[in-house]
Amino acid sequence: MSKTLFDKVWDSHVVQKIEDGPDVFFIDRHLIHEVTSPVAFVGLKARGLNVLYPERTFATADHNTPTINQHLPVKDPLSANQLKALEYNSKEFGISHWGLGHKNNGIVHVVGPENGITLPGATIVCGDSHTSTHGAFGAIAFGIGTSEVEMVFATQCIMQPKPKKMRIKVNGVLNKGVTPKDVGLYIISQLTTSGATGYFVEYAGDVFENMTMEGRMTVCNLSIEMGARGGMIAPDKKTFDYIEGLAMTPKGADWDTAMEYWKTLKTDEDAKFDKEFNFDAADIEPMITYGTNPGMGIGISQNIPTAEAVEGGKATYDKSLSYMGYAENEPMLGKKIDYVFVGSCTNGRIEDFRDFASIIKGKQKSEDVTVWLVPGSHVVEDKIKEEGILDILNEAGFVLRQPGCSACLAMNDDKVPAGKYAVSTSNRNFEGRQGPGARTLLASPLVAAAAAVTGVVTDPRNFL
Amino acid sequence: MAYDKFTTLTSTAVPLPIENVDTDQIIPARFLKATERKGFGDNLFRDWRYNANGSLKEDFVLNNPIYSGKILVGGKNFGSGSSREHAAWSVYDYGFRCVVSSFFADIFKNNCLNVGVLPVQVSPEFAEQIFAAIYDDATTELEINLENQKITILSTGAKESFDINGYKKGNMLNGFDDIDYLKNIKSEIKTFASTRPF
Ligand code: SF4
Repeated sequence: MSKTLFDKVWDSHVVQKIEDGPDVFFIDRHLIHEVTSPVAFVGLKARGLNVLYPERTFATADHNTPTINQHLPVKDPLSANQLKALEYNSKEFGISHWGLGHKNNGIVHVVGPENGITLPGATIVCGDSHTSTHGAFGAIAFGIGTSEVEMVFATQCIMQPKPKKMRIKVNGVLNKGVTPKDVGLYIISQLTTSGATGYFVEYAGDVFENMTMEGRMTVCNLSIEMGARGGMIAPDKKTFDYIEGLAMTPKGADWDTAMEYWKTLKTDEDAKFDKEFNFDAADIEPMITYGTNPGMGIGISQNIPTAEAVEGGKATYDKSLSYMGYAENEPMLGKKIDYVFVGSCTNGRIEDFRDFASIIKGKQKSEDVTVWLVPGSHVVEDKIKEEGILDILNEAGFVLRQPGCSACLAMNDDKVPAGKYAVSTSNRNFEGRQGPGARTLLASPLVAAAAAVTGVVTDPRNFL
Repeated sequence: MAYDKFTTLTSTAVPLPIENVDTDQIIPARFLKATERKGFGDNLFRDWRYNANGSLKEDFVLNNPIYSGKILVGGKNFGSGSSREHAAWSVYDYGFRCVVSSFFADIFKNNCLNVGVLPVQVSPEFAEQIFAAIYDDATTELEINLENQKITILSTGAKESFDINGYKKGNMLNGFDDIDYLKNIKSEIKTFASTRPF
């Protein structure tokens, strides 16, 4: 029977099928961080259980780490406690641990791919919803809750009903200034934040085939924001070139065997999806969000829609606009910005900093904006330095911080103050996501750069 | 972590007819710093419940003494966003054993089932009926019968069936969790693991 890419990977990981119940699903790689793992370790110990395959679990500290002075002790005692717990638990159970300051440290979804933990055809979970990022390599990757983290520790399995299958195709050529982030935000704006709930998405078509691995990660990362369990893209030459030779990818004869398998990982011609969407690349312009969920996005040159024009109730819509301090029909261009955040597992990779630098080069940071530039990992940080991007940033009046999740979820000190506006390259504009009362406008690194030099929402195409 | 068995629940309910309630609202990230599962109920809907100075926001439903009970009735797409199980813990810890909505986000729903909160998905029309009944009379009780998979508005007698897969239902009825099941098939899992190429 013909199968989709998703079927092939899913079906090969089912240990047992339970009648009128979930599949017992085997997990190849388990990523953990300091926030969603400690309670799972407590549970594991309370049951007197061990980690079954510690070599399949990888720990990194990222969610509440400071992004300056990482060599000093962490000041917030609660954060310090979680970081210590991660280190201690990893040691106790024999799990590899990349703590603060380790050369491989960084955001869990950035360091996985960088080190070859992420492989085509693998199943990858983490107690973080943006685990969907790893789908860019043709892996099935999704976020889990802490109870499931405990299950994976104890048994390397979780219990999941197989999601339905959706394919999203975007064909054609992207316009100037339109990045993978815009493609993602555009799709979410079309499907809404619940449009893919219950589905696992495969992205296909010219746009994704032509996209870099970094770009594919950005798109797959955002899958969760339309409710999908995850998103994936069939592996191809770009994928194999990217992973070949990384620290943890198979080597020698193992590589050859793996390649043979990986080449079969694509959707068969006549395989069926439960739902399909087709979009035209030409319809997408640089995007920005104006509301309090990632589905509330529009092309940057457009006006904020009226309540009638969007799905959902008026009360919810009004509440959202009033939180943002915006009104229906206003243009987004020209709106005042107080903060700019470039980073996160959505846009904290080297390509994102290249994009940012391409616009700010030779200009000066606006004095009215506070800008946080946070690389996704030390590897990204090193590349920024090697490629001369750091000099460009510094000359334009910007400083580079140290890796971590930072203002993406504002668990550390990088909080946007109440009422202030931030253009952010991260993935969530929920109320208070970037600090209590903070107002977030999601956009690409290009849009972030244009705002960083002008202090207002600006069309990046003006600078290209 | 073990939780109490769920069979039938009869209780008044708290209405929260807002759509797309995300888990950052249910429990803001800054309260995720615990290393133990304790006290999350205190911070459920923290920023909707309290002003920055710690005083109560009078107009938020959890601060309205008229409404109480073990059932939370939410708007469409309840629990979207982050995978934090802390959101489900907060709901449980606060004292809710059941969340009713016309549509749930996936991971939140799954997390609820894993921690002993029953997510009951009803039709949008039935959700409207529930809100209307509660707003009409805050002492209206809902009855959730897990065995029969039925939800009833006791004041009007209106009923609807809801879905839950047989396995999860068995777990909830017995207070079991998935690890209890997985532990018993460990040798099968080990055999499977030995066949994985990486
Ligand atoms: S950067 Fe943001 S979304 Fe990504 S792992 Fe960190 S907190 Fe989660």
